[in-house]
Amino acid sequence: MATAEGIVAGRKATLGDNYLTHTRGFLSWALTLDHKRIGIMYLVSILFAFLLGGLAALAVRTELIAPGPTIMGPDAYNKMFTLHGAAMVFLFIIPGIPAAIGNFVLPLMLGAKDVAFPRLNLTSYWLWVIGALCAIGAVVFGGVDTGWTFYTPYSTTTNTNVIATTMGAFILGFSSIFTGLNFIVTIHKLRPTGMTWFKMPLFLWSLYGTALIQVLATPVLGITLLLLIAERALGVGIFDPALGGDPVLYQHFFWFYSHPAVYIMILPAMGVISEVISVHSRKHIFGYKFVALSSIAIAAFGFLVWGHHMFTSGQSGMANAIFSALTFSVAIPSAIKVWNWLATLYKGNIQLNTPMLYGLMFLITFTIGGLTGLHLGALAIDVHVHDTYFVVAHFHYVMFGGAVVAFLAALHHWWPKMTGRMYDERLGRIGAALVFIGFNGTFFTQFVMGSHGMPRRYFDYTPQFTIYHQISTIMSYVMAAGFFLTAYYLIHSLFRGKRAPMNPWGGNSLEWHTPSPPPHDNFAETPSAEDPYDYSRIRRDPATGGYVSTSYEGAR
Amino acid sequence: MSDPAHAPHLQHHFETPQQQFDAGKLGIWLFLATEILLFGGLFCAYAIYRANHPEIFVYAHQFLNKYWGGTNTVILLCSSLTMAWAVRAAQLGERRLLIVLLSLTLLGAMGFLGIKYVEYKEKWEHGLLWGARYAPHVEGHGAEEPPLTKAPPPPAPAAAAPPGGFVVERSAIRPAAPGPEGTVIAAEEQEEHLEAAGIHRRPANVQIFFSIYFLMTGLHGIHVLIGMGAIVWILVRSIRGDFGPQYFTPVDFVGLYWHLVDLIWIFLFPLLYLIH
Amino acid sequence: MDAHGSSHEGVGHVMRRRVLFRVLAALLVLTYITVAVTSFDFGRWNLVVAMAIAVVKASLVVMFFMHLKYDKPFNGMILIVSLALVALFIVIALDDTRHYQHNVIPGYAPEIKANTQ
Repeated sequence: MATAEGIVAGRKATLGDNYLTHTRGFLSWALTLDHKRIGIMYLVSILFAFLLGGLAALAVRTELIAPGPTIMGPDAYNKMFTLHGAAMVFLFIIPGIPAAIGNFVLPLMLGAKDVAFPRLNLTSYWLWVIGALCAIGAVVFGGVDTGWTFYTPYSTTTNTNVIATTMGAFILGFSSIFTGLNFIVTIHKLRPTGMTWFKMPLFLWSLYGTALIQVLATPVLGITLLLLIAERALGVGIFDPALGGDPVLYQHFFWFYSHPAVYIMILPAMGVISEVISVHSRKHIFGYKFVALSSIAIAAFGFLVWGHHMFTSGQSGMANAIFSALTFSVAIPSAIKVWNWLATLYKGNIQLNTPMLYGLMFLITFTIGGLTGLHLGALAIDVHVHDTYFVVAHFHYVMFGGAVVAFLAALHHWWPKMTGRMYDERLGRIGAALVFIGFNGTFFTQFVMGSHGMPRRYFDYTPQFTIYHQISTIMSYVMAAGFFLTAYYLIHSLFRGKRAPMNPWGGNSLEWHTPSPPPHDNFAETPSAEDPYDYSRIRRDPATGGYVSTSYEGAR
Repeated sequence: MSDPAHAPHLQHHFETPQQQFDAGKLGIWLFLATEILLFGGLFCAYAIYRANHPEIFVYAHQFLNKYWGGTNTVILLCSSLTMAWAVRAAQLGERRLLIVLLSLTLLGAMGFLGIKYVEYKEKWEHGLLWGARYAPHVEGHGAEEPPLTKAPPPPAPAAAAPPGGFVVERSAIRPAAPGPEGTVIAAEEQEEHLEAAGIHRRPANVQIFFSIYFLMTGLHGIHVLIGMGAIVWILVRSIRGDFGPQYFTPVDFVGLYWHLVDLIWIFLFPLLYLIH
Repeated sequence: MDAHGSSHEGVGHVMRRRVLFRVLAALLVLTYITVAVTSFDFGRWNLVVAMAIAVVKASLVVMFFMHLKYDKPFNGMILIVSLALVALFIVIALDDTRHYQHNVIPGYAPEIKANTQ
């Protein structure tokens, strides 16, 4: 692998030639076709978006610590929660695990050299950057105050930067579509011989289900946003009753994408949990086929329930009833997964390290989030709690307690592989504890608040809710402390962390059979596929601090 | 492990040219699926407005010229033929023929857009535009009638005071007027008054038809433009001699895109131009 | 897919010219029929007739010009699934609007108005 470009000097040489050191210079990253570098660029970028969205959240919570204006006026407040929602949804969570982790891990898990379309992958990244700049530009130059859902008729009449933001979201949609397209083709075509569909790691099944949704649902968001832009820029009138249009139609269009979108957010997270729970309990995943097929079931059913966001919009009674019934059905595949993860843990050799702590955290917080989804799916309850903090708490429990927690689990699980470094485990556990306590404190109180009637997106509130808001805000600071601590020790590990062995956790999927960090071409020779959850031939190796596979002759 | 006669176009992460070709095909079909869903939203809007307000569509489509539409259909179908034939030519290494066929396809596309320009220009001149810009003045079609849609509500106070005092982005849609003017009931009463007085008019909200017409044909036209760009690109590469039996996939895939553009028009034509 | 009946070592199926021309001829005939049929009135079935002819034309384009007939079945599945999703969206949204839209848009839709008053 040593080429003229690959020869490096200085202390990096001790890591050997790997994808990080293979070539140097800004352009070698900006124009890279290496999926691992693209994954890292995505990771850094979406973490910046997470920071932006997180700071906006802290601003929102700080404002709400007392009734009336605290640090901002009502218009600024509207813009702040819109920024929080839009940045978190479009810039962080939708690209999220697939772009930042999947790009890196997916080809490795397949023993492949790259994704099917590396140039499309790079394009996907730069589209993210352009879309992000559009959206952030919109915020900087006046902001948007419609909420991230851009409901008509307000979004078609307000004098804020709706077009710039929706244009950004439109471009981001293409980024998402291209990632999904790439992953579908890669999984279909670049599996090694011997790796049939039912021998793939479950993370890949979940990425496949996610990719199906990305490809099929995102274009509908595209047309929705185009219609909104046309309405504002040209006065098309599709959503304006005075011109014969229908504002509720916007909601049908918007949620036809945005409900499947939440499965884009959670499916990869579930895939991560399958990996983390199995590896860190040293036990074969229970019910592999059920977990695998449930990913596809979630993707399919996810297209059938969008009307449950519209129960109080004036939707017909028939539609309400049908969507409510279908919403109950979509919980079933998710529940199947939870049972299988629990069964995997049962009698496992559980390692309570940081990835596993986040994995266990997921089981608790995602279950709460999922169960409260059933509450909301029941028409009789939703009519009362729609647009209250109950809904806010529900989706934060699934999006944050589900997707973000799993993202943290993934980050810690694959950090050694991506960076070649180990982070401080003790600080990892403290960070996890802070996040767990802070998160539950922040959002559980919101369930209570919401069921008592506190509406969402409200700048002000009556004194009866003050205590809940205070608790929620204080605990959000605890959560933020957890994140800042995590950022600190992860960044610190890049400079001072212990060198990571090839297989620090003892996994058997193919990414653990190549050095940490991997070489530019991933594998010296294409590995053969075996059961990724069979740990019987993996033994601890005290010399490296990791594990070795006794089935590979001459493995380090 | 890899093919010793390593084809020059084989990318390093694929093992055989067949695998690379199949992967590309799968990729382009997935992309076509996204286009189907993009236009699907517009077809949905069409279906909804037509089903709920058939009178608008029956009335307004007569302003479209079905012979222009039919000609455009024929042009696109022929250009699909030349495109499919071009793919064959590329596969067989018939470079001259490939160049001729791609050029013919391009000409067809230009013809299509030319006719669309003529149609749009005519609509513009007669004020038959979308939504807020609908201001018809076509002879013999009731130009002298009182305006159908209510006059736009009084401006200024209706617009929300922009935060910070300055307007960042103004929408072309006015907020609804407050009070009874902005409700459905007032409009219906106005309708009933006029009907009682024996004034028969064209349906309310005819502009909805034109909104949908311009949205659908406009988005389609943009796709034709993009297709033209793609065809120019492979035309240049054909002239350079890039394509042959070993490597013709860009022609194949641009071809598939072009056929999709044709497919969408196959449905747009009867839905917009041929309503009874 | 192996190349059918061609003398080169490429990777795809090559369309015969005769097939392409015949498909175009069929498409042109169907286009003529589409326009001609507008002089007959089938009442509610007008739209169905028009769409049926369009579907036949579309199938010809898909099967032959896009050579899906000679392609891997999975690619056809992708087409079917995307069309099914569009159909699902249209059916449900349409049904819903037929129930509530008269409350939202000024103007008239006589049937619905009659049924709800």
